[in-house]
Amino acid sequence: MRNKRLLVRSLIIASWAAILFLPFKGIRGAAELFLVIAAGIPVFHFLQRGMVLPKHFRSVVSFLRPFFIPVFLIAALAVPFLAGDYYLDVLIMCGIYILLALGLNVIVGFAGLLNLGFAAFYAIGAYIYGLLNTKLGIGFWPCLPVSAAGTACAGLLVAVPALRLRGDYLAIVTLGFGEILRLVLNNWDSVTNGPNGISGIAPPQLAGISLGNLKYFYYLVLAIVLLSVFVIRRVERSRTGRAWIALRENEIAASSIGINVTRYKLYAFAFGSFWAGIAGILFAAKMRFISPESFTFAESVLILSMVILGGTGNIYGAIAGAFLLVLLPEVLREVQLYRMLILGIGLVLLMIFKPEGLLGKNLRKIRQPVED
Amino acid sequence: MVHILEARDVSKHFGGIGALEDVSFKIRKGAIISIIGPNGAGKTTLFNCLTGIARPDRGAIYFMENEISKLPAHRVTELGIARTFQNIRLFPEMTVIENVMVAQHLRVRYGLLSAIAHNRTFRKKEKDIIEKAFEYVGFVGLENFARTPACNLSYGSQRRLEIARALATEPGLLLLDEPTAGMNAIETMEVMDLIAQIRELGKTIVLIEHDMKLVMGISEWIIVLDHGVKIAEGTAEEVRNDPLVIDAYLGKEAVQ
Repeated sequence: MRNKRLLVRSLIIASWAAILFLPFKGIRGAAELFLVIAAGIPVFHFLQRGMVLPKHFRSVVSFLRPFFIPVFLIAALAVPFLAGDYYLDVLIMCGIYILLALGLNVIVGFAGLLNLGFAAFYAIGAYIYGLLNTKLGIGFWPCLPVSAAGTACAGLLVAVPALRLRGDYLAIVTLGFGEILRLVLNNWDSVTNGPNGISGIAPPQLAGISLGNLKYFYYLVLAIVLLSVFVIRRVERSRTGRAWIALRENEIAASSIGINVTRYKLYAFAFGSFWAGIAGILFAAKMRFISPESFTFAESVLILSMVILGGTGNIYGAIAGAFLLVLLPEVLREVQLYRMLILGIGLVLLMIFKPEGLLGKNLRKIRQPVED
Repeated sequence: MVHILEARDVSKHFGGIGALEDVSFKIRKGAIISIIGPNGAGKTTLFNCLTGIARPDRGAIYFMENEISKLPAHRVTELGIARTFQNIRLFPEMTVIENVMVAQHLRVRYGLLSAIAHNRTFRKKEKDIIEKAFEYVGFVGLENFARTPACNLSYGSQRRLEIARALATEPGLLLLDEPTAGMNAIETMEVMDLIAQIRELGKTIVLIEHDMKLVMGISEWIIVLDHGVKIAEGTAEEVRNDPLVIDAYLGKEAVQ
């Protein structure tokens, strides 16, 4: 029953993708796309939840599961030797957006606080490094904790007045904050150089080697992304993460079982913004140039789309969403004129057919401890 | 200390409407007490005031000699009052076991860094949390549903899970807001047994209940509210024969 529904659903998704591509890629291209998606979605599902499969399949999947991460790691490490600069560049942007999506996922996905101004925190991280580096000559590594902590503090600052608000109202406040910050960056010429931005930001150095080279920078981003996934996953599966989710699910019940609602909202904002700060400093170090144009409302919406698309509250969903929304526009570059249109239609259809996002919510499996 | 809870002249108004007017009572430690009254009598508002979810406009509430009427809900829980809700408030997308795990928030603590490092403190405490959670889930008879999302439980099971979650906060005083609402006769019996078992654990229990048979059978003291005013209190026998109570709530037929 479940298998059948999954199959039908993947056929539907595959057909809409194929139909969308038909005018641009011809029948053959569309057919290929159809096959890839129609086969890809079930395979992906089965890997995700081994339990949907019949028994013997399940044992194969569970046999393969331990290899999943090593294979992924080796592939990720091998990319710079196989791919050109263009691909590295795109993958680096993927990494930066993964950090952003993971950070926003803490606030929106775990704690359930809608934030429409997340690009502001991204900007704060980037500008802290940009200013400290160009004005005071401070290097990347000392700036990394400063950017992250500074952005986390900014998160706290925004959260304090927003604490009494929920849902739509909170969203408006965060949206306002995002716009205010962008306008400040745009108009405070003496410090931020206004719309001209800050240029000449130094790339990171490590043991005397400049990491400005895309290959090295790719590894830097990869390392930080892996670290962030590791940390966020562990926090999610701890007392703090559970408190956040309880807060999202029912605020009154959460307070009645002893969760300090105010404090945990602040924690969520600070912890989520922390990763946006790191994404910001990486962005500044990669581009060597930042301007308010990179941190508009559209950027906030893009990050939020990644979180929702992948499945709100699911770490791997946020990653998948970030990948998809960075890669898709690149893949669609051939069809320039229509690419935002296609992307938009695609997102709408996805939300219709799979409103819980690509990966949906993942329920944690808890085993009863055995007596020892 | 004979009394675990004392309310003195507690009043709460919503706009011009008095939900509670100078309500005073004492609750003896280890007892089962029922609060009854018609709809809109202020029973749930009283629970909200006792648990810090609403703040009384006037009056004071003492729990084990602490004034709690101005404390936020999580502080009240920390001191040892837990509750369930009339309109069930579970964490629907968390599993049954997680609902109970998260309720140990105040009782088993560790820092964020322990959680990130997965050090020995974390592993030990997390194991404790899971073990205790399975105990509570077993206590209310939901052990076979431990990994089910709370929203997929039947109505009766959801009420049981709420009780398990409340117990996991290790309260001295447990407030149950209509624990048998919407249940059939058998389920009601089972919940009654459960309440009796909880009392054996040494907990004081306050019930809001409409099922008069249940109330009269189980509670040793009954408080009757009507339009925000306490109109009577006493043993089941006393309350049943009180003319004010008969008039406001029980109706003449119930007595005959």
